Amino acid sequence: MDTPYTISQPMSDRGEAAGENGSRLIKDKLANASMLLLTICSGLVVFSIAILLYQRSRPILAMNGLFDVLFSTSWHPLRGEFGFFPFIMGTFWVTGVAVAIAVPLCILSSIYLSEYAPKAVREWTKPLIDLLAGIPSVVFGLWGILVIVPLVKNYIAPGFDTFSTGYSVLTAGVVLAIMIFPVIIHVSVEVLRTIPREMREASLTLGATRWQTIKHVVLRKALPGVIAAIVLGLSRALGETMAVLMVAGNVASVPSSILGPAYPLPALIANSYGEMMSVPLYDSALLLASLILLLIVLFFNILSRIILMRIERSIQ
Amino acid sequence: MNRRNLEEKIVKSLMIASTLIILLSLVLILATVIIKGLPTMNLAMLTQIPKGGYYLGEGGGILNAIVGSLYIGVGSVLLAISISLPVVLYLNIYAKKNSHLAAFTRFSFDVLWGVPSIVYGAFGFSIMLFLGLRASLLGGILAVSLLILPIMSRTMDEVVKMVPAELLEVSYSLGATRLEAALKVVVRQTLPGLLTAVLIAFGRGIGDAASVMFTAGFTDYIPNSLLRPAATLPLAIFFQLGTPIPEVQGRAYASAFILTVLILIISIATRMLTRRFTKHNVN
Repeated sequence: MDTPYTISQPMSDRGEAAGENGSRLIKDKLANASMLLLTICSGLVVFSIAILLYQRSRPILAMNGLFDVLFSTSWHPLRGEFGFFPFIMGTFWVTGVAVAIAVPLCILSSIYLSEYAPKAVREWTKPLIDLLAGIPSVVFGLWGILVIVPLVKNYIAPGFDTFSTGYSVLTAGVVLAIMIFPVIIHVSVEVLRTIPREMREASLTLGATRWQTIKHVVLRKALPGVIAAIVLGLSRALGETMAVLMVAGNVASVPSSILGPAYPLPALIANSYGEMMSVPLYDSALLLASLILLLIVLFFNILSRIILMRIERSIQ
Repeated sequence: MNRRNLEEKIVKSLMIASTLIILLSLVLILATVIIKGLPTMNLAMLTQIPKGGYYLGEGGGILNAIVGSLYIGVGSVLLAISISLPVVLYLNIYAKKNSHLAAFTRFSFDVLWGVPSIVYGAFGFSIMLFLGLRASLLGGILAVSLLILPIMSRTMDEVVKMVPAELLEVSYSLGATRLEAALKVVVRQTLPGLLTAVLIAFGRGIGDAASVMFTAGFTDYIPNSLLRPAATLPLAIFFQLGTPIPEVQGRAYASAFILTVLILIISIATRMLTRRFTKHNVN
């Protein structure tokens, strides 16, 4: 029933004669073209990062081979041995501890904030959690050194009858856990909010308590979204650099316990930039480390985005 | 019946406890920074650059890092605005609703948001090697603008998305082109929201250390050209903390205090802008 051109369409679509509007229409067309170009370029940034890093890491791959680089534990840049295995394991250990600490706290707290908390509490908590997200990672690292390192060294390690310098997997995990609280809570609360009120009411009418309703109805429905939130937090923890660099201990071997030191990939990259130009292949190896980190993070990130996009589409 | 209610009570108190632990961690971090940083704070920290022997405990301040961070923050924000604003306007005004390009761009910004800042640093560094640039203010600005581009774009996108379609239709029926509607109506209408996005990106930009480590370098002087290295607050904290001398470590605490106060100011400004922006919103 619509005519092809209605008055509420922009001039450029109405096919009116150019005349005095010519320059305005040309401006509009130019803007269209340049904005389109910018949009396409910025959409391709991820790919260009990956391609460039791959280009720069080819020398090391040609010398040592991918398998050796990924699974060798020998890290001796001066002898040309670049085994990333200790660092990859360090990354996973630290992230694993962080997720293990963050997940129960964040999920309980998200449920509280979306299902139980009075409006006033919710309105007070949100800006505080946003603030936590805004604190720079170097400040988290400083706090880790001042508070968590002594705690681990003086109380936790002696409690298990072992010695720890305090710079350990556990310390880095605790600091990282706090850093990913905001990500997980933010996404989980959003997801829980999408569960229709009728579903809760149906369950409550049948005599279920609130917690039973949450356990059997809300959480079951929200599970994919909550998993996406966790994975998003996990991918944030994997790439976090400064705070981890400051508290993880940075010893280049596979972590032996959670009270021992770790040397995650991002910390390795940040720590070695000073010396990398003086040792052959070192820069190539570090850019390969960045590429490996990028690919690991992208995998988890894209996974969670796809889950969240599906959820969004299913609501509409 | 009793067991169910007991379970309800236990779980609910666990939930409240978790929420309290999370909020407590924020309080603990802020308190540590204030308690440690405030006593070592003095005016010279804010107004002087490091003097000779500063890292051995001699006098001076971190004006070099404060100014360097502000330069990098402002430079990268300007660069990021000049990319994200056109992109966001394109996505919401020029591109068709639910077009593949719009979906792809939004997705790729979401993915870009997750890229670790150290990877931006490494990427920026290898581009600089390619161009023959040394660690410089320019390099830092480029790396940080890449880091904040997705944050700014997606936040602006959420804001511009809220503009009612009627507003555009009214401008079109008055004879406006899309460009005119975008710049004169949409941008003006969403200005507080757009500023919020800029502030969030700015806060993220000045707080990040890993991306500027390779690209901006570090120096005791205030950079006087784009090609000179620039100090940044997060790196100043990191380096001062790394020395064994207690006075210098104390200054690291004071520097962390300065950075945290800056971030707090930005975050409060953001809240105030958001409130103003949502005031006019009908829904």
